[in-house]
Parts: sequence; C-alpha cells; structure tokens
Amino acid sequence: MSFFNLRGTLKPLTSLKQFAKKPHTIEFPLEVPETSPRYRGLHYNNLDYCIGCGNCSTICQNAAIDMVPVEGIEPKKGDSGLRPRIDNGRCCWCALCVEVCPTGSLSLTKDYIFVSEDPDEFLWTPGVDNPDGINLISFTSSPETSLNEYQRVPMRELDGSERVKSFAEVVLGYNEDEARKEAQRCISCGLCTEACPDHMHIPEYINAIAQGNDEDAIRIIYDNNPLPEMCGKVCTRRCEEVCAIAKRGEPVAIRWLKRYATERAINADMIKEIVNPEILPPNGYKVGIVGAGPSGLTAGYYLALRGFDVTIYEAHDKPGGMTMYGIPKYRLPLESLMKQVDYMKKVGVKFHFNTKVGKDISFEEIYEKFDAVFVGVGFGKPWTLGIEGEDLEGSSQAVYFLERINSGEIINVGYKVVVIGGGNVAIDAARVSRRLGAEVVMLYRRRVEDMPADWEEIEGAEAEGVEIIPQAIPIKIHGENGKVKAVEYLKAEMVPDPKGGRPRPQPIEGSNTIIECSSVFAAIGQQGDYSFIDESKFKDAIKIERGRFIVNEIQQTTLEKVFAGGDAVNRTADAISAIADGYRAVRGIEKFLMGKGK
Amino acid sequence: MAREKVTTLYLGPQHPGITGNMMVRLKVKGDTIVGARTEVGYLHRGFEKLQERRNWLQAFTILCRFCVPEPDPVEEAYALAVELLEGREVPERAKYIRVLVLEMARIASYLLWYGGQSGSAGLYTMGQWSVGDRNYILDLFEDLTGGRVYHMFIWPGGVRRDLPKGFKDKAMKVMDYLEKRLDDYDTLLFENSIFQKRAKGVGIIDKNKAIEWGVVGPPLRGCGIKSDIRIDDPYEIYGELYEKGVFEVHPYEGGDVWARALVRRFEIRQSIKIIRYVLDNIPSGDFYNKIPNPHKWTLPKGDAYSRVEATRGEIGFFVASDGSNKPRRTHMRGAAYVHAITLLENILIGENVADVSFIMNSLGTCPPEIER
Repeated sequence: MSFFNLRGTLKPLTSLKQFAKKPHTIEFPLEVPETSPRYRGLHYNNLDYCIGCGNCSTICQNAAIDMVPVEGIEPKKGDSGLRPRIDNGRCCWCALCVEVCPTGSLSLTKDYIFVSEDPDEFLWTPGVDNPDGINLISFTSSPETSLNEYQRVPMRELDGSERVKSFAEVVLGYNEDEARKEAQRCISCGLCTEACPDHMHIPEYINAIAQGNDEDAIRIIYDNNPLPEMCGKVCTRRCEEVCAIAKRGEPVAIRWLKRYATERAINADMIKEIVNPEILPPNGYKVGIVGAGPSGLTAGYYLALRGFDVTIYEAHDKPGGMTMYGIPKYRLPLESLMKQVDYMKKVGVKFHFNTKVGKDISFEEIYEKFDAVFVGVGFGKPWTLGIEGEDLEGSSQAVYFLERINSGEIINVGYKVVVIGGGNVAIDAARVSRRLGAEVVMLYRRRVEDMPADWEEIEGAEAEGVEIIPQAIPIKIHGENGKVKAVEYLKAEMVPDPKGGRPRPQPIEGSNTIIECSSVFAAIGQQGDYSFIDESKFKDAIKIERGRFIVNEIQQTTLEKVFAGGDAVNRTADAISAIADGYRAVRGIEKFLMGKGK
Repeated sequence: MAREKVTTLYLGPQHPGITGNMMVRLKVKGDTIVGARTEVGYLHRGFEKLQERRNWLQAFTILCRFCVPEPDPVEEAYALAVELLEGREVPERAKYIRVLVLEMARIASYLLWYGGQSGSAGLYTMGQWSVGDRNYILDLFEDLTGGRVYHMFIWPGGVRRDLPKGFKDKAMKVMDYLEKRLDDYDTLLFENSIFQKRAKGVGIIDKNKAIEWGVVGPPLRGCGIKSDIRIDDPYEIYGELYEKGVFEVHPYEGGDVWARALVRRFEIRQSIKIIRYVLDNIPSGDFYNKIPNPHKWTLPKGDAYSRVEATRGEIGFFVASDGSNKPRRTHMRGAAYVHAITLLENILIGENVADVSFIMNSLGTCPPEIER
C-alpha cells in the first residue's frame, strides 16, 4: 500500500452530504420522547388493592423495599396495614416486585426523573408519595405473566354419583407430588397466621412440606394444634379466606396441605415418634376438664405436656364432641379422630367416658377434686323451628339425626327429605340423607351466596344431587296419621336491612308452596346446655350471658378456678376457635396455678 | 541515536481509551512498548458471591451488570445453565424471542464498538453516528423489555414478556435504516485510509498461538479460524438458522486489528438477516414456561455449564446446586478476561503507545466482565 491513497483520503469526505439531511435530534425546541408502554420507571402502588403481604419486599434482591405503616390504613384481617416503601437509590428497576405482587397493586410507571440532594427523599411510599402515578402506570403484571401460581392443584374426589352409594370419604387427599406442588404456591406472607383463630404456624409448615420435610411439618403443626388431622379435613379455614393468592386466583389449599402432612403419620405411635414432645415432670396440679370436644382435648393435651395431671369427663362413649357426632364420616372418618385421641392418651391424658357431669358426677365434686376446671361443653342443644307439626314422627333435629347416624344406627328417612337451614349442619344432614337413598331438598331463607356453610360443601351437596331452594321460609309441617307428609313454605324477597346488616328475607304473602316429603330435619342453630351449672351451687358465681360464658383474655370465667372455651364461649362456632380457646386456657391455667404457687 | 531509558507509563484506571476501570502498566522505550502488565481490581463487586445469597430468580437480576454494553448473552447463558440443570423446556416462541434479543444486543454492542474503535483512532464522527444509531436499537429494547440498557428479559423458562403490538414493523424499519447506514459507515471508516493505516498490521495475534492462549470470538475469527458457539455448539434456534443459511460465519486472515474490524463489519449484517428471519418466522404460542414460586423454587442437586456467543467471544456459565433454592456456586467465564489480560500483555509488546487503546478496543475489552 502506498503512503498516499487518494481514494481512501477523498471517500470519507463524501459523508459531508449528511449535512443536508434532517438531524435525528435537535436541542431546541427540546422534545421529551414518549416512553414505551412497557417502560420500567418509578413505582406506583394502588393502596386499595395492596394487602401488605410483603412479597415485594422479600423478592427485592437489593433490599430496597421495606414494609412500613401508612397513615389512614389500619391492620385488619387479610391486610397487614403495612405498605411497601421503596428506596429509589437502591432500586435497580428489575420489576421482580411487580412480577410477584399477588394482588397486582404494584406497578412501574413512565415517570423516571427524580432529582434531590437529600438522600432521605429517595425513600418513597409508592401511591402515598406519588398519587398521580395512577395515570402513568406502564409495567404491570397480569395473572398470566405473574410469577405467582393462581391455579390450585385440583383435589381428587369421588364422583358425585359414586359418593351417594356409601359413607366413604369423599376427598381423597393429595399425593406427595401434588402436595409439594401446591405447597410451592405459598408466598409465606403470614396473613393466614393472623386470620387463624389458633394462629397456627401456617407458612412454616407449608414451607416444610414444599421442601419435602413432612415430619418437620407435623412437628410444627402439633406445636399449637393437637387435632390437626381433624382440622385438615373439616376446618372452616379462615386462613384461606385471607390468602394473598386468593386476590387474583384460588387460595393455597392450606387445609388440604395440613391434611396431607398429618396423614403421613398413620397411627398414634407414629405421631408420638415424630412429634416426640417434651413432657415435663408432674408438677402436682390436677386439672379437670368437662367435655372431650376440640377445646377440652386441646387443653388436656397441652396441660399434660406441661406436667399437669389431666382428667377429661365426657358424656358420650367416644371423644370428639361435635366433631365426632356432628360431622358425617364421609368428611371425617372415625380413625382420623381416634388416632389423635389415642396419641393424647399416650402423653398421659386420662378419659372418663359415659360420664355426664351433673348426672353421673356433680359439678361440685369436680370443682372440689381439681385445682382448676376447664369447661368445654359446646352447643349440643338445637334451636327448634317453632312451627306447627314439628313434633310429628319423621321430623327431627339434624344434630340428633347426625348423632344417631354417627353412632351406627340405621335410620329410614323415606323417599324424600326436607332439610331446613343453610349452615354446615344442614348440608351434612342433606348429604347424609342422600347417602341413605332419599331425594333431598334444602330450604334456606336467604340467598345461596348468604349460606354460612362452606362453599366447597355447598358445591359437594349440589354435585350429589341435593336441591337447594333459597329464599324459602317454612311455616308448617303437614302430617298424616302422626307422620310427616309435607312441608309448607313461603317464598321470600330480600329487603335491605335498615340497620345496615345483610339483606333480610321478607315473606311474600300468598306464595305458599307445599313439598311432599317423608322426613324433615331442622338445622337452624344450636345452644348450650348448662343445666349442670344451673343445678350446682355455682349458679350465680359463673356468669353466663346470652347463652355464653363470660371469660377474660385467658379464658377464665367469673369463678376464679373455672376456665371455659369452645362454642360455649365464642360466637364463631367452629373447631379451630375451640382449639384456640383450649390453647389459651392452657396458658391461663398455668399462669393461674403456677403463679399462685403451691 | 541517544540512549533511551525505559520508563513506566500508567494507563488508567480512569482513561477514556480503557473502556472501563482498569489499568495497564506499560514499560516504554521511547514510544515503543517493551513490557505490559494489566492491573485490575477497581471494579470487583463480587457478583458471583452475591448470587449465592439470592434465590435462583433473584440471581438473574445481577447478571446484566456483568457486561454493560451487552448484558443479554450473560442472561442467556445463566438461563441455559439453569434450564439444563432443571431439565426445563423452553417454548419455541421464547427461543425465537431470545434469538431476537441476542442479535439486537449484538448489533447494539457492535455499534458501540464502531464508536470506540474509531474514537481511539481519533475519528470521532464515526462514533457519533454509530452511537446515535444504536439509540434506535435501544428504543426497540425499551418497547420489548421495558428497559433500555439493563433489559433483565431472558430468564429461566423463557422470556418475561411477549412481543408488543407493532414491534415487527418498527423493528423492520430500524433494520432497513441500519442496513443503509452501514454503507455510510464503510465510506467513513473502512474506506478511510487513516483507519486502514492504523489498523493493518497492528496488534497481531499469532494464529498458531491463538487457541493455546484461549482466544475466542471475533479476535479468533480474525485469525482465520472459523469458530462460533452459535454453530459449534448451537443453542436456541441457531443450529437451524445456520443450516437454512440464514447467517454465515466468515473468518478473516491476518490476526490484526483490521481483520477483527472486518469480522465485526461482516457480522453486524448477519445479525440484521437473523432478526429479519426471526420476525418473519416467529411461531405463535407461549413465551414462558412458568417457574414455580421463586421463593420455593429449588433446583436438583448437581451442576451445569452452558456457553453462548457474545460479541466479545464465548461466554460460559457454570451453576452448581445443592438442592436448595439458592445457587451453591456460580461462575462466569468471560472472553474479556483472556483477551484483556493474558492476550493483551503479550500482543502489546513492540506496539506503539498510541495504539494501546486502539488494540484494547479491537479485543472487545470489558473490565466489568473481567472482574464481575
């Protein structure tokens, strides 16, 4: 190559023609380009949708997100009351927080310029500090692009037509793979722990299941719930109502996961081997418990672990209370419950079955014999309908009907059953009647969506062929030869409650309808039977208001030595609240006795 | 000639020609280099260690910082390694989008190289043109990923988002524009006798030693050796594209800066061809095979190694899992380490001081990638 290359010297000069072209950018007037619709700029949080689960804070790999209280937002069930605060100085705009936000409230905006000399000003609570960000939202996540799994692993169940043939368990339970997969959906936000009456360690045991440590999960579960297998099958699962994932999808199947874990221990010996609880040496105190329902059993188990001498008195011949006699066996098989009670016997809880307090043993005697008494008698006495024909043959209370069925009795319900009520007891009675071969109609005075029963139970009943007639108020049971022949009801319309409560049914005059049937079961609620106290000398000392014991925060009644829990105390009327009461009472009794000293 | 003394010259760590924070300590006699030692340590952020404390998904957000001008191949390498370890399938559409992103990144990176290479030769107009044109690619990235420089887009299981509406038209227009501009670049740079004189015969890599030294990518192809991970160990859809003749890999003889420049000049046109093909033939379907909840996402015990072709050369990524939700160890093998340390120290000897930046640019030096 020669030193002077004419072509190579002149050719670059042709680029001078570029001067004649329109420039790509100009300085004046300054044009700020529009950012793209997907731009990842500063954060915005929709405070109304945010539930303060903290998943954004957990995923942030720069630790740029803190959860802080915000003025005007109070913690409530399903909302921690906290909101994310972003340190824009640390944020790298990866938007993983957006991808994992279960509610979709967090997003990134088109806004990207912020200048300040003060480092503290870079701490933003999105939505609070930039309320106008709502108009600039650009990078969002949808359920399709989100990293959360919104679809639940489906539970295998018996087919509806198959179910009505027997009392075999309907729900088949997760297998190992299904449980691992379902457990992986949990984001460990802990909102469920707050919502659970017993504050079970839900994220922890789900985490253990996700990691394949089923035995750890069992140990964590038994930390504050001695009847988890029962809960795993029939709990009212307030936890799932507040599940963060449920905001845009199906909640994590917390109940089924608990069931999966507890079913890994197939008998009482295995439970004891896995849980291997520390049992304190006897401390000399004796505690008597009236009623072997969930609250009594819970109190008994944990008191026994703490070295108390525990004796439980139960009127029936089997433990469990309403969970034994009120819940049909296709939901909660006998073995599930007995396994856990056998385990309790192994840790030293003593039982006296067929011993009704007030009849076989007086309450005074128990009071004198023990250092503390726990009363967990439940609500065994049903409300009556108060309509004509209720005492006809074939008309009965659903609770008694279920009790007889669960005791092994064979009952002929005839060709058609009418169940009155919309709670879990009503559904149970209806589904049991289907299994006895009858056609079943349910009458409920409000709408289906108002039914207090579990939605899965309602769906189950419908799948089995139960007909639900909503907005129907029964007025009379017709009889023939002393036997039930038909039920007459009025159609109702829903009117708003002037006090602001849920809409009330108003009967429509002249809408009388008659259903012919062979049996009627009423399930409109139960109440407590406190005759053993009324007949004792403590009638006035133990205060009962509106059918429930008055207790303090440690479940202590107005009579110092007596503690109470379960349905007889709380309004929620479910097993997990009863367990929570029992657990609280343990601490109460311990404080009461140990604090006093002997 | 008077007796010349050997003096020590410190180039960097803050120097525009160094393309980052590193130092070259030169022993010079007059303006001829007689010895060179590279000094790094100004940019060490411990990313590999940081990844060990983050779960498998969080670790992916760090990757783009391994190399700022071209972050996507690192994300791709990590995703491939994780997918290999887990056995996770990637949907066909995601593979096409990944190739699209990787080729766009290649173009953007080469355009930046145009600026650096010519700038270090004192030809500043070229840099202004190419970096300005690179902006159109960044606009495409913004539309597709939401980010201009750090895309964080290719993650295990696929890509984060589908192509936005109207992306194909916009991208095609940019490609047409760029193709025309490349001809302008040729007149301004490659036909420029100043550049030719600076580049030819400078910074020669011995072909016989290239493999031994671990030279990869454009510098190796500039030695006349046909080597490209896209065809040697095809990933995503590159094997298929090569068989169909969508793109070619062409080595140039010489081993000097000029040969390496020609390699890049050739490849930027190949990338445009690939992007056009991908946009025309992208199949419909999923763009993401969803991973489970990232907090609980565990990978099976074991390790995996993947490699991809970046503009600097081969990038390898090693991940090891102990079965938990975090990497036990990750390691990235970047081309810049070999090129800018061992190779540079060898080929600088006998060169002119003024050519140091010029040679460093031709090797694709990237200090953030050297240190991580």
